[in-house]
Amino acid sequence: MNLDRQTLCLLGGVLALLVVASIIGAFLKVRVQSERARRVVDNLNARTRAWWFMALFFGSALAMGRTALVVMFALLSFLALREFITLTPTRRADHRALFWSFFIILPLHYWTLAIAWYGLFVILIPVYAFLFIPMRNALAGDTEHFLERTAKTQWGLMIAVYCVSHAPALLILDVRGMPGGSGGNARLLFFLVLIAQLSDVLQYVWGKLCGRRPIAPKLSPNKTIEGLVGGGLSTVAVGAALWWSTPFTPLHAAGLSAVIVVMGFFGGLVMSAIKRDRGVKDYGELIPGHGGVLDRIDSICFAAPVFFHLVRWIWT
Amino acid sequence: MTASLLASFTRLLTGVRTRWQGCAPVAEQRVYFANHTSNLDLILLWAVMPPEIRRRTRPVGARDYWEKGGIREWLARRVFHAVFIERHAVTRENNPLVPMLDALRDGDSLIIFPEGTRNPDGEVNPFKPGLFHLAKAQPQVALVPVFIENLNRVLPKGEVLPVPMLCTVTFGEPLRLAPGEAKPQFLTRAREALLALRPR
Repeated sequence: MNLDRQTLCLLGGVLALLVVASIIGAFLKVRVQSERARRVVDNLNARTRAWWFMALFFGSALAMGRTALVVMFALLSFLALREFITLTPTRRADHRALFWSFFIILPLHYWTLAIAWYGLFVILIPVYAFLFIPMRNALAGDTEHFLERTAKTQWGLMIAVYCVSHAPALLILDVRGMPGGSGGNARLLFFLVLIAQLSDVLQYVWGKLCGRRPIAPKLSPNKTIEGLVGGGLSTVAVGAALWWSTPFTPLHAAGLSAVIVVMGFFGGLVMSAIKRDRGVKDYGELIPGHGGVLDRIDSICFAAPVFFHLVRWIWT
Repeated sequence: MTASLLASFTRLLTGVRTRWQGCAPVAEQRVYFANHTSNLDLILLWAVMPPEIRRRTRPVGARDYWEKGGIREWLARRVFHAVFIERHAVTRENNPLVPMLDALRDGDSLIIFPEGTRNPDGEVNPFKPGLFHLAKAQPQVALVPVFIENLNRVLPKGEVLPVPMLCTVTFGEPLRLAPGEAKPQFLTRAREALLALRPR
């Protein structure tokens, strides 16, 4: 265990939040009358139960330190890439390139994080894998939809592996002014994950309570202006209030939270566009009430690289 | 031991979703007939069955494929308890129906792939007549269609290394031979029952 007092406070906060959510859920379950409301409440309770598991999973990895966190995110990437590729029609000739993506490029990429080799971490997928995938596909000899097929594999690697991995990459930064020393980097990761997920939850809650005007009805009918503004602002407020656990001032913490909210929002929107194009609602069924892993981490995919580089430019 | 390890590994690789859509997973005597696109079909279908069904269910395989020795033959004999049948040079002496009917008479269930061979593009070929003869000889046994989706992308024909991909196995409503139903009509009906389970 290497949890300091500040991290314990944060985890305690999440615990308290989940207890409150579970109590509200149990209360609503007794109160609801109509069939439609019951479905909403059941879905809400399924989501809360899944949150317990996700928080427990993340919390224990956090307690075990960097290697455990890197392994955990590698596993998430694996599941997310599998969901992405399953949904994307590939051909026989893509088989070998896909095998490389899952079993060689993905582990190699996370290995660079485990040994804190930043130089290779940032270029392995955008340079070497980017060039390797079309090379391997060309060898397979199938020219039908060549560019499209190659791009799909590259895209899967970029989103589900490269972008996601910028969350645990926060652990290898040497951050200035981090309260509690560099071991406190886990709190930066916690900040990113909490703000991204809280933003999703609060946008959902605000949208359910007072959502009127959908932003992109064709892509995602549940994303409304009211949800985005209400959920976004309340998330930014929480982010600012957590400044003490980070190297940021309250103002910086609010600004970075706003970046995470906006990037996370667009992450959800883009990944929805792909789902609608393929005619499905979710990427998978692994997490009851939520869908697949990729449905849950789409906001982190887009927010993590931007948050990582902002922190790296300004605080290292 | 080997059986449960192999089953768990296959389920993990394919993140398989199992839908008992037309019947419940109960240990009654059945003939499960499925589409055939990959060498893993048999292992996956067998892996999603509850252990008590798995123990009494024997896959039917081509003798020329499974009797090549090594791990393949060992798996077929010791883990799957496969029923071997002849695909080529069929004579009265090695009639493929005999070992299948023997297994049914012993009270076991069967897994068969009535297309007779793998279809790499994920389509479903016309059925071989074996299913009809089984239905005629043992009319009390329920014939359950099973559609396996996406496995041809996990391990396409000719590949050795699998790629992880989410798969779905859907069990349909049991079929029986109608009184006086002719062979072609029955085989078409069985194939359509299988195709109706294809997701989306």
